[in-house]
Amino acid sequence: MAAVEVKKLVKKYGSMDAVKGISFSISEGEIFGLIGPNGAGKTTTLRVLATLLSINGGSVTILGYDLNKEASEIRKLISYLPEDAGAYKNLSGRAYLQFIANFFDRKDVFAMVQKGIEITDLGARIDDRVDTYSKGMMRRLLVGRALMTNPKLAILDEPTSGLDVINAQEIRKLVKSTAQSGTTVLLSSHNMLEVEYLCDRIALIAEGNIIETGKPKTLMEKYQARNIEEVFVRTVPK
Amino acid sequence: MSGLGNITKKEIRELLTPATFIPIIVVALIFATMGTSIQGLQEQSSEPPIIGIITEDNIGYGAMASTLLHKNAKSVFNSTSITDLHNGIEIVRQHEGVAVVIIPKNFTERIMQEQQGTIEVNWIMKGTGLMDSISSGALEVLLSYININLSKQLIEQNTTVNASFALSPTIRVETTSYKNRQFAGLSPNTIAGMLASQSMLIPLVMMMIIIMAGGIVITSMALEKENKTLETLLTLPVKRTSIVTGKIIAAAVIGLILAIIYMMGMQFYFKGFEVSGGVNLATYGLVLTTVDFLWIGISLFLALIAGLSLCMLLGTFAKNYKSAQTLTFPITMLALIPMFITMFADFDTLPLAVKVFTFAIPFSHPMMASRALLFDDYILVIGGIVYVGIFALITISIVVWVFKTDRLLTGTTKLKWIKRLKRQRF
Repeated sequence: MAAVEVKKLVKKYGSMDAVKGISFSISEGEIFGLIGPNGAGKTTTLRVLATLLSINGGSVTILGYDLNKEASEIRKLISYLPEDAGAYKNLSGRAYLQFIANFFDRKDVFAMVQKGIEITDLGARIDDRVDTYSKGMMRRLLVGRALMTNPKLAILDEPTSGLDVINAQEIRKLVKSTAQSGTTVLLSSHNMLEVEYLCDRIALIAEGNIIETGKPKTLMEKYQARNIEEVFVRTVPK
Repeated sequence: MSGLGNITKKEIRELLTPATFIPIIVVALIFATMGTSIQGLQEQSSEPPIIGIITEDNIGYGAMASTLLHKNAKSVFNSTSITDLHNGIEIVRQHEGVAVVIIPKNFTERIMQEQQGTIEVNWIMKGTGLMDSISSGALEVLLSYININLSKQLIEQNTTVNASFALSPTIRVETTSYKNRQFAGLSPNTIAGMLASQSMLIPLVMMMIIIMAGGIVITSMALEKENKTLETLLTLPVKRTSIVTGKIIAAAVIGLILAIIYMMGMQFYFKGFEVSGGVNLATYGLVLTTVDFLWIGISLFLALIAGLSLCMLLGTFAKNYKSAQTLTFPITMLALIPMFITMFADFDTLPLAVKVFTFAIPFSHPMMASRALLFDDYILVIGGIVYVGIFALITISIVVWVFKTDRLLTGTTKLKWIKRLKRQRF
């Protein structure tokens, strides 16, 4: 069974078509990357799949549940990391993780928080208030929050956005190991190296349409490109 | 352009927003309306009071007092027998008058014996608001004027008269009737003053809770957006209803705590202004029972929930902390308006349009409840509770619906019926 099945998805903002009937599917345990220029419809697609936005056409099935009818069931199984997410500033890192874990099964809360603390790797700073964290620390906390709940599907919008090389690399490793443990990952990124390193398959999206879908290696061969960046430049309309 | 000029121009441009000016314009309009109303009331108080006069003593000082009453008041009922009192009260009530004044048989005789002549005043109270007792104030002035005139007369006629008696040759015996109740020894002014001082606390508590807790709810929504935590919250396995009610309950608790702290200080402040007049309202049956307090509690609680759900709805429009501050203004106004109305006027005596407006504001009901319960007006209180309950339910449903739409994140909604309407029109 596909973890995600998107068929002819349409999303409009007023009269503007943000997503124009895209279709793709993601297998369980797969890391699937959405790449495209700014305003292509990546974040809109991720927000739709994260149950945040309604759809204007087509259908979306996540882990067997219909997005339109069973959004609350989907929310139990997914985790969404927005690109510019934040945390409650008055809470400590630990209290924030605890707050999130409390929404899930009571018996798993302690284990979830411990896992979150481990992922964030913030040491003693986990007990400091969130508003004292650097950007890198904040992002690690949020990644920890997103992955600690053992989601069946992790939707990560620019997971390494604004991070330095070291922090970004650590998060990439985390995403990879999360997928290896059975979680399906859908991510978007501007970083082509990241996409090439992480993703089993990618979809190139531009102006609300999917232009290409496939394995990075296959696409590079098809477009006789040395890397995904070249594939991107050759396929995405200027 | 100099650096100073450049900065000044930029600052003025940023500050010249509707959000800065609309609140000030609305406040100015409210004060202007209040000023006009007060001016109207002053004019009303200078008009002769509408009364009924029963003159049983039509000779000497009695005739003099009666003449002064006829000359300075608008008499709509005249009689020479106390047996007509009931009929007189009805006629004066129909003419929206204030009282039936009786000059009893022995009035002149008592004054001749250097005993205070009794003037019986049967007040007809229209409402318990301070503004409702303005006409009765005009009659009180007239009765004092009669006293002074008789006093002058006595001094001019008899130089050996007892000084303290000469200064006060009349005594007033008052009975006020209001909502089928008789209050012996009290004038409408005294009753209204005492009720105002005793029932000022609930409107103030209500206003403070709404302003404080309302601000918390709106700011909370704005901060969720500003701190980028809303998106995460909305993808968690929690019902939208739980998010909405959780925020409302938290704000209500914090608002109550803040209001209690505030009111502890205010109570000491009010003690300095209490109008007791040595009269205990409980002796007139004007006392709230435990059940009454329960009704007030229910009314207060529901109004708070209705108010906070309204704030929550406004909060969905807040983009950040700054815009949240602007959005608290309509709520502040909605809390202030009924507070002023209930402080100065009685719901029963308000013009129909103002009555509907006051009833429609959910915060009015706990403010009106204590006075209404004192006079057993359960219909107003229970009707208010039902209305506020329905108001709260509808508002919460709308908020939950907004939480389920894209509006919260994108500022747009999928209102198909509005789109259809637009298409039909254009």
